Amino acid sequence: MLIRKDNQLKDTQREVFVFERRVFILIALVSISLFSIAVRYFNLQITEYELYRTASDRNRVHLQPIVANRGLIYDRNGVLLADNKPFYSLVIVPELSVDLAGTLRRVKDLIELSDTDESAFLQRLKRRVPYEAVPLRLRLSESEIAILAVHQHELPGVQVDARLARYYPKGSLFSHSLGYVGRISEEETRKLDQVSYRGAFFIGKVGIENQYESVLRGQVGYQNTETDAHGRVLRSLERVDPKAGKNLTLHLDSSLQEVAEKAMGNQRGALVAIDPLSGGILALVSLPTYDGNRFVEGISQKEFSKIRESKDGPLFNRAVQGQYPPGSTIKPAIGLAGLEAGLINADTEVADPGWYKLPGEDRLYRDWTLRIRGTGHAPRVNLEMAIAESCDVYFYDLARRLTIDGINNFVGQFGLGSRTGIDIPGEANGILPSAKWKLNTLGGPWFPGETLIVGIGQGYTLASPIQLANFAAIIATRGRRFVPNLVHFIGDERVFPKELTSVAAEDESWDLIHNAMLQVVHGERGSARTMSSNLKYMVAGKTGTAQVIGVAQGEFYDEDAVADRHRNHGLFIAFAPAEAPTIALAVIIENGGSSQVALPVAKAVIDSWLDEENKG
Amino acid sequence: MQDVQRQLPLERKSTSSRFDVTKILNIDLPIMLIVLMLTVYGSVVLYSASGKDLDLLFRQFKFYLLGYVVMVFSANIPINWYARWSPLLYSVGVLLLFAVFFFGDGAKGAQRWLKIGDFRFQPSELIKLVLPMFVGLYLSKQILPPRLPNLVLCLLVILVPTILILLQPDLGTSILVFSSSAFVLFMAGIGWWYVSGAFVSLALGSIPLWLYVLKDYQKQRILTLLDPESDKLGAGWNIIQSKTAIGSGGWSGKGWLAGTQSQLDFLPESQTDFIIAVLAEEFGLRGVLILLILYLFLILRGLWIAFHAESSFGRLLAGGIAMTFFIYVFVNMGMVAGLLPVVGVPLPLFSLGGTSVVTLLFSIGILMAVGGDKRVFGK
Repeated sequence: MLIRKDNQLKDTQREVFVFERRVFILIALVSISLFSIAVRYFNLQITEYELYRTASDRNRVHLQPIVANRGLIYDRNGVLLADNKPFYSLVIVPELSVDLAGTLRRVKDLIELSDTDESAFLQRLKRRVPYEAVPLRLRLSESEIAILAVHQHELPGVQVDARLARYYPKGSLFSHSLGYVGRISEEETRKLDQVSYRGAFFIGKVGIENQYESVLRGQVGYQNTETDAHGRVLRSLERVDPKAGKNLTLHLDSSLQEVAEKAMGNQRGALVAIDPLSGGILALVSLPTYDGNRFVEGISQKEFSKIRESKDGPLFNRAVQGQYPPGSTIKPAIGLAGLEAGLINADTEVADPGWYKLPGEDRLYRDWTLRIRGTGHAPRVNLEMAIAESCDVYFYDLARRLTIDGINNFVGQFGLGSRTGIDIPGEANGILPSAKWKLNTLGGPWFPGETLIVGIGQGYTLASPIQLANFAAIIATRGRRFVPNLVHFIGDERVFPKELTSVAAEDESWDLIHNAMLQVVHGERGSARTMSSNLKYMVAGKTGTAQVIGVAQGEFYDEDAVADRHRNHGLFIAFAPAEAPTIALAVIIENGGSSQVALPVAKAVIDSWLDEENKG
Repeated sequence: MQDVQRQLPLERKSTSSRFDVTKILNIDLPIMLIVLMLTVYGSVVLYSASGKDLDLLFRQFKFYLLGYVVMVFSANIPINWYARWSPLLYSVGVLLLFAVFFFGDGAKGAQRWLKIGDFRFQPSELIKLVLPMFVGLYLSKQILPPRLPNLVLCLLVILVPTILILLQPDLGTSILVFSSSAFVLFMAGIGWWYVSGAFVSLALGSIPLWLYVLKDYQKQRILTLLDPESDKLGAGWNIIQSKTAIGSGGWSGKGWLAGTQSQLDFLPESQTDFIIAVLAEEFGLRGVLILLILYLFLILRGLWIAFHAESSFGRLLAGGIAMTFFIYVFVNMGMVAGLLPVVGVPLPLFSLGGTSVVTLLFSIGILMAVGGDKRVFGK
């Protein structure tokens, strides 16, 4: 339409003329291009024939990958946590096997093969270079090796491959921080970079083994071997050595970890201990646990299901994935928020009849003392007392005055409600609620009563043990905040701690909070006073109890009446020595009933750590 | 004078035999013969490349058969029909490409498939057929050579599907789709200034392409082209092995089923994109030249049909199809011989693969329809 306005008519003759000229040009282009292709093939096939002919003959020279040794993992004192030890597996070189299906059947008669062994083998078979050995069964026993040796002549292409594989000398002790390596799965085979994993059997599945996979893995090498027509290796021609993976040295302390796990006994729960001045993680316990060696060896489907479906969830890493209401452990932060907002000072007092009511509402918000003593902590309560004795009424009142967004803004600086960035995968976010958060996730408006409950760490609030330990470390250093990290050295290179924006507060406010937390342990009526006997140093801490089930209005929580799994979780956060902290920790005992069960664990760990320090 | 020549075939029509099957079915005999030879030749090589897998060969036969039926069918559709439906088909194709972009089914890190129930479909195959058709139609409605505004619109029509395919990412198909339509534009007579401008902007455009669009594996293939030895275990492996296969074939080849490279599985993708290496190893340069000559004849015959077509649309359509074959052959044979980077382009009518065989034969049918147009539907 556009064109018609130009008063130009379609000039068919000219069009045809132009077209025909262009076609001649294209004919020339096609001829020249195809001719140059012909020239290229002429060069390859005639001019350089000799070169490629020899190369083709020499293709009986096979490129074989050599897998690099995986980097070792040590604790801070050089104790070996992840080792490599010899390991025998059955591999097949398909080119050497006359009848692969028959060979497979024969192998099946001789030794046990699972379905996963076979499907992983078939998957791997599709992606390999010629003459690459493909693993069929890992972890052969002595007797199986003997059986295969006897029947060797019936099994062309079948070989027993000896190589190094992961071994965790400490068994289950570090499984939740180290994770484990396992056989490369079918799905992973599809996704992996084909070159780096040539010839590899294992890959880091969870924990540090997964997070630092690229560092630990090293670089695959290869060798050219000349074989005869049957694929028997005659000699090695060229060899590029693999580069071993780098060793890792962790902040973890093996003996501290042992003490912590022993102190927790058979209880379910988690403990994280941090060096507050670097964010280095000294101990990370999640119980129950599992033995990573089982996964390296090639765990059976049945056994795996048994572990995975266990009600106690041994595979679940409570320390970083577990989310619990922080309960009263959050109170120091709420108190600090009040001080910094100028809403309270050391002398501000609140009347405590054992319950609290919002103006104009009938609902009673109870203090935990109401059931036991029938009244509150004291007629009037100040900040120090409120933290030391864990008074709820004081914090109901403070929370109301701070408002939910005030709490969210200030307490958020301690890293609650967001991932700490610890260097293992799968960390949980936790929740630090706000009005906006509720609107976006649950829908609906925020109610003033909900603010009160957030003030004592209940309601929607959720935190992981790593977040709580980090929280304790931030209080210990008066606001310095580090990203918690497990790995201290990669090879010889130090991993420097990453420091984040500090929590800014007045010195006097920190003093007040620290003193109140000291009173928790050392005060006459402190909620953790049972811990103070025989303490050679000062500990600052805060107890907490997390409700597992809601208690209806007008009812009391009765510890004896509720089922075991509905009992409250016991929490404790602490740092020591209080004047110059070198350790900060968080303990959580699931269904422990109250925070009292967490105290002996914390004491044992701090004792061990400070004793060790004094010795060193 | 040219017009007079164009009338001549019409005269011939009345005198030709009534029982000539090729005339009744509107089959172009030279093309039919070349295509038959190509498919027979392809089957022979495929049998060897597959390690004497008869099942696989039968599956391919079924596709050849289906392809021939489709070809006869498309040869008998009046080209006006293609003109009428190409805008709709183009729109559907582009919509499907968007669908792939958002809901596609991935394989090897690329999203190319659209899955509806058990049926998987590659919309880029449809676009391959329809885009040159639609561009040809659009241009044939304009006064040629086209003016700048029309040209810009045309480029838009070409670039939208090209970029969608590039993002899948499928570099091979996007090159194919783009260049076949570019050839249509060229035949429509766009000015040399535009042609040279296109080359310059293509060169400049490849910089952001390299930086932002190309995936690591695609870059690796281009880098490997420059130095295959640098990556012996990875991408370089394919090129080293295919060059060895080709070179060791010599003039007369190692003989059918006797290529050590192919038979010992050193050659990757030997049944699909790299099948020419099997041919070169087992039949030598002789075999390669025969194949090249077959392709050359096919392309030249296509251009001949374009040259003699009645309508402007027919000319551009036939020319576009002929040049599509040329791009296929050039890119595939070039990449296997290490001249061009490895992009996924099959050797037409040779490589294993159902969809590609059927669509190629479909377009051959269209070529025949254009060829028959002056006789049957000419005006």
